[in-house]
Amino acid sequence: MSAAARLGLTATSLLALLLLWQLAAWWIASPLLPDPAAVVEAGMRATRTGVLPSSIAITLGRVAASFLIAMVVGSAIGILLGRSPALNELFGPWVIVLLNLPALVVIILCYVWFGLTEAAAITAVSINKIPNVAVTLREGAAALSRDLDEMARVYRLGPLATLRHVVLPQLVPFFAASARSGLALTWKIVLVVELLGRSNGVGFELQTAFQLFDVATILAYALAFTAVVQFIEVGLMQPWERHAGRWRR
Amino acid sequence: MSALRLDIAEKRYPAQAGAPAREIFHEFRLDVDDGAFVVLLGASGLGKTTLLNIVAGLDRDFRGAVRFDEDGKAPRIAYAFQNPRLLPWRTVLENVALVLPAGEEGRRRALDMLGEVGLAELADAYPERLSLGQQRRVALARAFIIEPDLLLMDEPFVSLDEAGAARLRALLRRLLERCPATVLFVTHDSAEAVELASRIVVLEGAPARLARDLPVALTAEEREGEAGHELRRALGGK
Repeated sequence: MSAAARLGLTATSLLALLLLWQLAAWWIASPLLPDPAAVVEAGMRATRTGVLPSSIAITLGRVAASFLIAMVVGSAIGILLGRSPALNELFGPWVIVLLNLPALVVIILCYVWFGLTEAAAITAVSINKIPNVAVTLREGAAALSRDLDEMARVYRLGPLATLRHVVLPQLVPFFAASARSGLALTWKIVLVVELLGRSNGVGFELQTAFQLFDVATILAYALAFTAVVQFIEVGLMQPWERHAGRWRR
Repeated sequence: MSALRLDIAEKRYPAQAGAPAREIFHEFRLDVDDGAFVVLLGASGLGKTTLLNIVAGLDRDFRGAVRFDEDGKAPRIAYAFQNPRLLPWRTVLENVALVLPAGEEGRRRALDMLGEVGLAELADAYPERLSLGQQRRVALARAFIIEPDLLLMDEPFVSLDEAGAARLRALLRRLLERCPATVLFVTHDSAEAVELASRIVVLEGAPARLARDLPVALTAEEREGEAGHELRRALGGK
């Protein structure tokens, strides 16, 4: 299928969803399910006051910070555990415990121990994501090609060149997988963190709208933020993956 | 170039997944003269690849010693593996330049070397788009660009059609004329051995021992002719 045809199909599908929503809103006829026009209006209102753009910017900043920390720390842990069976035996169970710790518990503990601060918020989100990254990268590091490793040793590439030319390219699909699921997970948890302990950002605004039962604003924030995340996915992640995979047949 | 004295007191593979423990080498000695082209001939599973890996320093799990020239300097070793082992995510040129210090000089030399093996036009292609024969040429270019003292080759021309393998053997001879090296060449093809070797070592048994050790002092024409034919027959080939 051509790119234009695919785009057309996606647009038609989304349009159908919009239509369904409109019909449901007419049918129910209640402020608890506003129609698309009301949501757009709520979004415009919040944009005019500047609250929506600044909230999204603040939340995106938190997403970026905690995503970056989680990717770096999680990758380092994962590669280490994947390369060393002894370390994996020792610390593998810790990763499993962290993986199964509910996000809410981590958030509450971070706020209790470190106070209602920015650092605590970002730490909480990172800790939620680190074990996922570590587990994915551990798989990748354990599956590294011995053949290529031997080649690098015979030709004395040195540790840095080996990392750059031999090891990291093999891990690209694993980075991509954990980055993609990571972005989705991170921004959802950031909203919870903001709702529980921050006084700005999309999560905080959602909380305010919730107290007023202002469903139109809630949906406006949700849609705006989803659009931004989708833009990052299509505009940044996918081109990077295409570039990293350009050598494939 | 570099001479080589190989002395393996014991090399064994432990029992694993149902397979019993195997002793591959026991009191195994092989001395290789500086500049020799030694072909190791023998059935698969004898330990020929293990031997190369021990010489290359990739396999250190054995009792014994590998010595090179007396001057104690470690030789530059190049290894042409059974699979080309190119980095699929680097272009042909980058794969060859990889083993040199980074920089413009290395890229230029790599490009020259690619011209030498007849692949200058494919410098910017990725290895997976190349035929196996072309990939093997890239592997040869990578091996020779470091101007090795010792060149290890593990059935480097296997799975090619006869004409393609012959072209690569001719290329190997040409590269060795320009850049002499001591060669350890593993194969199970006696015709290949007769065409290339200055010495043929036939391995047999478990643990492996030197069943035969034949110096080959023939000219290129003699290898093609009756003498070569004789030698191939003596080695049990066609």
